[in-house]
Amino acid sequence: MATIASTPGAGATGTAGAATRGRRPSGERTALLGWSAANLVIIGISLVPLLWLVSLSFKTPDSITDGKFIPRHWTFENYRGIFGESLFTRALLNSLGIALISTVLAVVLGSMAAYAIARLAFPGKGLLVGLALLIAMFPQISLVSPLFNLWRQIGIFDTWIGLIIPYLTFSLPLAIYTLSAFFREIPWDLEKAAQVDGATPLQAFLRVIAPLAAPGMVTTAILVFIFCWNDFLFAISLTSTERSRTVPAAIAFFTGASQFAQPIGSIAAAAVVITIPIIIFVLLFQRRIVAGLTSGAVKG
Amino acid sequence: MTVEATTNAGAAANGAAPVKRRRAPLSAGARAERRLGWALCAPAVIVILAVTAYPIGYAIYLSLRRYDLRFPDDSKFVGLANYATVLTSSLWWQALAVTVIITVISVAIQFVLGMTLALVMHRALVGRGLVRTVILIPYGIVTVVAAFGWRYAWTPDTGYLSGLFGDATPLSSQVWGIAVIIVAEVWKTTPFMALLLLAGLALVPEELLRAAKVDGATAWQRLTRIMLPLMKPAILVALLFRVLDAFRIFDSIYVLTAGAYDTRSVSILGYDNLFTALNLGVGSSLSVLIFLVVALVAFIFVKGFGTAAPGGEGRR
Repeated sequence: MATIASTPGAGATGTAGAATRGRRPSGERTALLGWSAANLVIIGISLVPLLWLVSLSFKTPDSITDGKFIPRHWTFENYRGIFGESLFTRALLNSLGIALISTVLAVVLGSMAAYAIARLAFPGKGLLVGLALLIAMFPQISLVSPLFNLWRQIGIFDTWIGLIIPYLTFSLPLAIYTLSAFFREIPWDLEKAAQVDGATPLQAFLRVIAPLAAPGMVTTAILVFIFCWNDFLFAISLTSTERSRTVPAAIAFFTGASQFAQPIGSIAAAAVVITIPIIIFVLLFQRRIVAGLTSGAVKG
Repeated sequence: MTVEATTNAGAAANGAAPVKRRRAPLSAGARAERRLGWALCAPAVIVILAVTAYPIGYAIYLSLRRYDLRFPDDSKFVGLANYATVLTSSLWWQALAVTVIITVISVAIQFVLGMTLALVMHRALVGRGLVRTVILIPYGIVTVVAAFGWRYAWTPDTGYLSGLFGDATPLSSQVWGIAVIIVAEVWKTTPFMALLLLAGLALVPEELLRAAKVDGATAWQRLTRIMLPLMKPAILVALLFRVLDAFRIFDSIYVLTAGAYDTRSVSILGYDNLFTALNLGVGSSLSVLIFLVVALVAFIFVKGFGTAAPGGEGRR
């Protein structure tokens, strides 16, 4: 419901496109070819850098510098290597745990605030929205020095919680924007209607409102997860050991003893592994992601 | 969609304002609603303020002190000396210049490409869904991963792009290094720009374009005279987001050049100062200066160009 509402363009132009197609059954082959070519170029440019990493990750050490797109000798050695090392497996665990906990917290706190923004009248609402906007644009590097020092003083440097807190802070604005845009689309009167029909407030909420709110919350969760999964600056600044280092930071530390002895195969394999969740999200939820990305920014 | 947005905001404003005006002494219900509103927002606000406002205050405090992590006991108040150190350092001005160059050029390219991409997706006869799915991959991919992809692409031996310029190693010179950084940045974030612009394109009424076409407007005229003006709010928001995001650039530079060959951005400089120079005092004054520059840019966008604060009922 909310998803459909926030992508009116998609539906509208989709039908327009279909209509155009129907109106011009032939003679437009050149245009069609042009569009296909344009699409192919876009798809190619979007995928090639990633495919190159995939290719590197399957190459053997002696063929890794051959510059060929298709590996001559395929090997799983790079993957076996990184999964046999705690540097990577532990980082993967850290990444997953930290991102998931941050996501849950951000969606819960964000939903509460977004509900208040979308439904309740209270002074200070404009201030809150402004604050969220300010934080969304905040230069994270400005926080690195003070947080580095503070976290060491209160003893949460190099812990999960030490990363979860800044992730939560920086994903809350995103969560609040996206969720309040979705929540505004929910026909809240249904809740009252259900209560008139004899449902208790809890039932009305669980049976009527929750299912309507769920799509927005899923969308927000995906966006927040991607944000936390992506972070590098906090991950390298506020951690120092395997204990809480996430994969993007760990990859940067794969760097061998000298700058010239980079374990390219391992880095490529690790890069591919942490890209998999992103690909899954994109394939399963592309409509949601697009709706979520644009809802906060374009709807006013 | 604009209409819808204003109705939304209008409805909310109407809903809120009369309540306030009519019942000067708040009814119990309204008071309860206020309290609930505050209570629901409190956790989010507390977390946000605890991790931003407080540390920024702390950074201001630190920036006024001499604080070298190697000599923590030698910390004392030094006034604006750290700022003087930074502002008279060529490193700061160079990093600022590099950051501005990367920001301006990459956002300009992103805007043109993003607009093209949005038009392609808007008008596409075939493969619209496929394109939209595929371009989400650069958006979603971990920045560090993308940067490694580009780094290996441009490195001789492991790369497929380094051969383009003969035997050159583009990542070991300032100009080419920055160019590669811009390419990586453009590749990664053009999809985001395109999606925002695509949503903006949906605000342009189809009939208006058709009418203009009937009246003999060329495609270029339709773009510059109708589409762009109507999309202005969406464009400004997209530009604001992108500019401030590009200004923070860190991950790709760290991986691509690590700031070598004078390709440091201000974020890289701040990081280096903390973890290589271990100077918290100077590092904090850098933090404060970067924050001020970002605030200035945001202020110019909002006041100068009239960018509406997105998301809330901010435009009243």
